[in-house]
Amino acid sequence: MTKKIMMKGNEAIAEAAIRAGCRLYFGYPITPQSEIAEYMARRLPEVGGTFLQTESEVATVNMVYGAACTGRRVMTSTSSPGFSLMQEGISYIAGAELPCVFVNVVRGGPGLGDIQPAQGDYFQATKGGGHGDYRVIVLGPSTVQEAVDLMGLAFDLADKYRNPVLVLADGLIGQMMEPVELPEMRDLSNLPDHSSWALVGAKGRKPHKVTSFNIDPHELEKMNKRYQAKYREIEKNEKRWENYRVEDLEYLLVGYGTSGRILKSVADMARGDGIKVGVFRPITLWPYPYEALAEVAEKARFVLTVEMSSGQMVEDVKLALEGRVPVYFYGRMAGVVPTPEEIYRHFVKLLEEG
Amino acid sequence: MEKAIFNPPKSLSKREFTYCPGCHHGIVHRLIAEVIDELGIREKTVIIAPVGCSVFAYEFFELDGTVAPHGRALAVATGMKRARPDLVVFTYQGDGDLAAIGTAETIHAANRGEKLTTIFINNAVYGMTGGQMAPTTLIGQKTTTTPYGRNHEKDGYPIHISEILSTMNGVAYLERVTVDTPQNVRSAKKAIKKAFLAQIKGLGFGLVEVLSACPTNWGMNPVEAMTWLREHMAKEFPPKLFVDKVGDG
Repeated sequence: MTKKIMMKGNEAIAEAAIRAGCRLYFGYPITPQSEIAEYMARRLPEVGGTFLQTESEVATVNMVYGAACTGRRVMTSTSSPGFSLMQEGISYIAGAELPCVFVNVVRGGPGLGDIQPAQGDYFQATKGGGHGDYRVIVLGPSTVQEAVDLMGLAFDLADKYRNPVLVLADGLIGQMMEPVELPEMRDLSNLPDHSSWALVGAKGRKPHKVTSFNIDPHELEKMNKRYQAKYREIEKNEKRWENYRVEDLEYLLVGYGTSGRILKSVADMARGDGIKVGVFRPITLWPYPYEALAEVAEKARFVLTVEMSSGQMVEDVKLALEGRVPVYFYGRMAGVVPTPEEIYRHFVKLLEEG
Repeated sequence: MEKAIFNPPKSLSKREFTYCPGCHHGIVHRLIAEVIDELGIREKTVIIAPVGCSVFAYEFFELDGTVAPHGRALAVATGMKRARPDLVVFTYQGDGDLAAIGTAETIHAANRGEKLTTIFINNAVYGMTGGQMAPTTLIGQKTTTTPYGRNHEKDGYPIHISEILSTMNGVAYLERVTVDTPQNVRSAKKAIKKAFLAQIKGLGFGLVEVLSACPTNWGMNPVEAMTWLREHMAKEFPPKLFVDKVGDG
C-alpha cells in the first residue's frame, strides 16, 4: 500500500498520467492548468518521456494526433479557450479512431472569461464540440484522488475503444491540494498492442493508412456506422456514477465534479434537519448514466440540479426523467463556486414553495 | 526473353493518380518515391498528406500514411516524429495548406529544427477548391477570387516562404526548384534527397519548394502553363539553394 501524499490537483493529474504509461505530452500554457505542463516538463525527461511546449492549442491537438498514430500513450491538457481551439483536431482524432487523452481544467467563460473554476464547457465536452457525428468519452472528477484514478481509466478506455477520452475537471480540482494515493507505475511493455493499425513504417506488411477521410459518401457512411456501433458499445459498458445517501431519499440533488462534491455537504445539512436528501453524481458525462439517474430520481418528490454554469447538464437530467419528476436548477456562473449554505437555502425555498 | 527496362519505384503504390494533365504533382511524387527507394527507407517512412489536390497522396505511396487537417501537417508530423524518432516522416503540402492556413505550424516546426522533411508544392493557386487566390498568387494574376487580378492594396503580396524560413537556425536544407526541364527534374531530385538526408542525419528541418504548374486553374494548356511558370512564377520565386548543411559527403 502506497502512502498518501499532499499534491496539487494539476500535478497529481500529471503524475497519474505518467504512472498510467503516458510518455508524451504536448501543451500550451493556459491558466488554471499550466502546472500540468510544468510538471511534465520537469518529470517526463526523468522517465525517458518527451515534453514539447507548442506554438498553439491548434498545433497541440495535431501533435497529439501525430503521436497517437504511432500507438503510444499521449496526452495534452488545457483550459476552456484552449479546448475550443482543439475542437477541429478532436473531430479528426475521433474520425481517425486514435487513442489519446485530453484534460480540460475548465474556467469561467464565454470568451476570455476569467481564470476561476467553472462548468460552462459541458455542452462542448459532451455533445461534440467539433464538426460531424462523433463522441468523446468524458470523465468528471470531483476530488484530486478521483482525478488521479480517472487518469488511469482514461488511458485504458482510449486504448480499448481507440477513441479520445476527456477528463473534464475545473479550476478547483486543478488548483486545490489534497492527500492522494498514487497508483504504481505501469509496465510499459504490458500496454495494449496497436501494431495492427499504427503508423510505424510498413516493414514486411501492407501499408497502414489512418484517416477520417473518404470521398465516397457510401464508404464514409460505413465508417460512420462503425463509429456509432462503437459508441453504442461504450454506452453499454462504461457508464459510471456515484449515489450518496439515496436509500430512503425524498429529494434528489444532481451535480457532477466540484458541484457534485458540494452537494454531498448540502445533503448532510438537510439530513441534519431531518429532510431525506440524496445525491446523484454522474462520473461519466458521456456516456451519461440516464438509467441509473432515473432509478434513484423516480423516488424523489423533486430533483434539484446544481452546476457552475447557467444550466447545461440539467438538460441530460430532464432527458433521463422525461417529465416524470419535477427538475429544478440552481447555478452560479463565470467562476463563482456556490457554497453549501446558499444551495441549501435555495433547496429550502423550493420546499416551502412546495 | 522480355527484360524490364523501366519500372515504377517500389515506394509508389499501384493507385492511379487523380491529377490533371500537365500538373506537376505526378513528377514530384515519382521523385520522392525514387529517393525513398534509393535511401532504402521505405519500411520506416511515413507520409503526412495535406488537404488540397494532393489529399490522396497518402494513397499514392506504398508507405504508412495519414492525412492531416488543413494546414496542420507539420504539427501532425512533429507529434509522430517526437513519439518515434526512429521513423522518417515527411509532409507533402500545397501553398494554401503550408503558407496560408498552416503558416504558424510551418514556421514553428522549421524554427524548432524538427527532424522532418517537407515537400512544398507552390502553384500560386488553390487547386482542389477550384482556382481561388493562394498566398503565393502573383500580383495581377486572375483567380476566381481575384477576378480583376491580385491587387496588392487589397490582397497583399505573394508570400515568400523559403525566404522566411531561410532566416531560421533550425533549417538544415532549403531549396526552391522547378521541374520544367529534364535537367531541372534531376536537380529537383537531388534537392529532395538532401532534404531527406537532413532528417536522417539528424541535422534539422529540410524543405524543398517546387514551383509547379496548374494548367486547369491557370486556364492554360500544359505548354502555355510551363511557359508562364518560367516567365512569371520563376521571376517572383527565383529557384535558389537557400540552406545546405547536408553537404556532399
